Amino acid sequence: MRAYLDNNATTMVAPEVVEAMLPFYGELYGNPSSMHSFGGQVKRYVDRARDQVAALLGATPYEVIFTAGGSESNNMAIRGALEALAPEKRHLVTTRVEHPAVGGVFQQLAKSGYRVTELAVESDGSLDMDAFHYALTPDTALVSIMWANNETGVTFPIEEIAEATRERGILLHVDAVQAAGKVPIDMAKAPVDMLSISGHKFHAPKGVGALYVRRGTCLAPLIIGGHQEWGKRAGTENVPGIVGLGRAAALAVEHLADVDDLANLRDRLEAGLLARCPDVRVNGANRVPNTLNVSFEFIEGESILLMLDDVGIAASSGSACASGSLEPSHVLRAMGVPFTAVHGSIRFSLSRYTTPAEIEYTIEQVPPIVNRLRSISPFVPTTM
Amino acid sequence: MWEYTEQVMEHFRNPRNIGYIEDPDGVGEVGSLACGDALRLMFKLDDQGRIADVKFQTFGCGSAIASSSALTEIIKGMTVEEAEKVTNQDIAEYLGGLPQQKMHCSVMGREALEAAIANYRGEESPGERRLEGEVTCICFGVTEHAIERAIRENGCRTVEDITSFTKAGGGCGGCVPAIEKILARPLAEEPAPAPPPAPRKLTNIEKIQLIQRTIDSEIRPHLQRDGGDLQLVDVEGDRVIVSLLGACQGCPVSKFTLKDMVEARLRDHVSPDLVVVEESDYESVSG
Repeated sequence: MRAYLDNNATTMVAPEVVEAMLPFYGELYGNPSSMHSFGGQVKRYVDRARDQVAALLGATPYEVIFTAGGSESNNMAIRGALEALAPEKRHLVTTRVEHPAVGGVFQQLAKSGYRVTELAVESDGSLDMDAFHYALTPDTALVSIMWANNETGVTFPIEEIAEATRERGILLHVDAVQAAGKVPIDMAKAPVDMLSISGHKFHAPKGVGALYVRRGTCLAPLIIGGHQEWGKRAGTENVPGIVGLGRAAALAVEHLADVDDLANLRDRLEAGLLARCPDVRVNGANRVPNTLNVSFEFIEGESILLMLDDVGIAASSGSACASGSLEPSHVLRAMGVPFTAVHGSIRFSLSRYTTPAEIEYTIEQVPPIVNRLRSISPFVPTTM
Repeated sequence: MWEYTEQVMEHFRNPRNIGYIEDPDGVGEVGSLACGDALRLMFKLDDQGRIADVKFQTFGCGSAIASSSALTEIIKGMTVEEAEKVTNQDIAEYLGGLPQQKMHCSVMGREALEAAIANYRGEESPGERRLEGEVTCICFGVTEHAIERAIRENGCRTVEDITSFTKAGGGCGGCVPAIEKILARPLAEEPAPAPPPAPRKLTNIEKIQLIQRTIDSEIRPHLQRDGGDLQLVDVEGDRVIVSLLGACQGCPVSKFTLKDMVEARLRDHVSPDLVVVEESDYESVSG
């Protein structure tokens, strides 16, 4: 038995998506920009993919720019918008729990002279909205806040945030990489200026994503060259990837109606683990339907992951060792989760392909692993 | 995913000597929950003064558990004096190597062993003693002394090396300039580094490895400070062939550097019979 519960890291490419992409590795190899029918017929598929992504976001097609993924979309939005903006505004607002593709960009900008406010979060991962409103000043150029957190799944109230930035004429970028396909996104309702998505988080292949840019928003390109994507992102299109992204977006729209099933399965996992393991805590409230982040006290995440892998279960951890660095999860630390619990944190993330059998198998396999590692640990209070 | 050797995975899956000794002769505890790894090591001696029983408990990643397990297997049956000579490299070698960024797991093993031996002798633990020195890395409580030791004993030459072996610099990064300073200055001339004077005859492979290690940890840092560098080309019997790089190339005093510094150090550390030759001279001699 195997259980793939690491869908916030990446997802399986949907079979329909693979099928849609195959012709573009075969006879449909034309360059969409070419003035002949080899290219022209391919361009029609790129256009259709743009329509499909626009539909997922409640946007119009010419507000969708294809990129190489979430990190590029985030970099392009923040750096491109600031470059295009009047340079007299020098204040930026973000949160302490952003993905490094946003957090790292802000650290860089702080070095080049911007003043950056990093908003704190509460112990359940939620944003202090009073602090958010207070942080906005006449000098604020741009706000970047994620829709859903990659580690905990906690969601932020993007519509309320967008109303506030719109009212004050401040640009808003939203990293929606972990939200797309899991919660409804409608750019017609939320006045967001820019929004990032990544294909491989919702069953498209890796290496393709998109940036929504509201009509009228100025953006300087990061990649300069050809006229592709209205000159905002040069380079011959990744046609197979874009077609796959479009197909995956259409499937995501279809399956948005089923997210309650996903939430039920996640809740079943949560209840099963809490019932069988003592000294466990759930990190984060008000989450996207697929994510469960739990901390097992007194043991370390990488050890748990290695033992889970031995029984065919894939998950991830916010522990320092598992991340390949020495620092444990900045997200859990920002929430005030004690070090002890951060090092023993495990993220299970489901997808629409997750089966009840995988969940039951996981509920059965995790407790003995936790007990085994606790029997080695010097910190378990019951020892001697 | 980490590239763990089969031995690491085997010791992780089936750790030896887990547990607790009721009235141990020596106990050592290092690390903490906050640091992300911790080890408690306990041993008991038999009437001949050999380690008859040894047990451990570890909180940590796969390589931390495997390093602890390996350590207990290594020291079982040793006298305290023998155990005292066990280094973190011995632990890593026992496991067929550790990923570079996980070397601190083997260092934690050695520190726990030192603490347990100090406890047995009724001395203050080396950990406490070390804390008297100035703390360089606040995130992980690493002192200047521990960093110097990593340079001396593990041949660390860059900040990344120091982080891999001691964790220092791996947190907020605030101490990176301080680590760079420690790396750049000559090592304090305290407890002689004393890599074993090789009483028994080294095998050829061992000799080459020891020469390489000595060059990396004792010689190159000095040359690099002056913008030079040196590379080991070959070892033929007692002839060590090197090539001088960077500012050393064509430097008029490089002949003295070779004899006075490079050869002297290699003779100290490896074998008094060694002769160091520069590659270009060697070629012209041998035709």
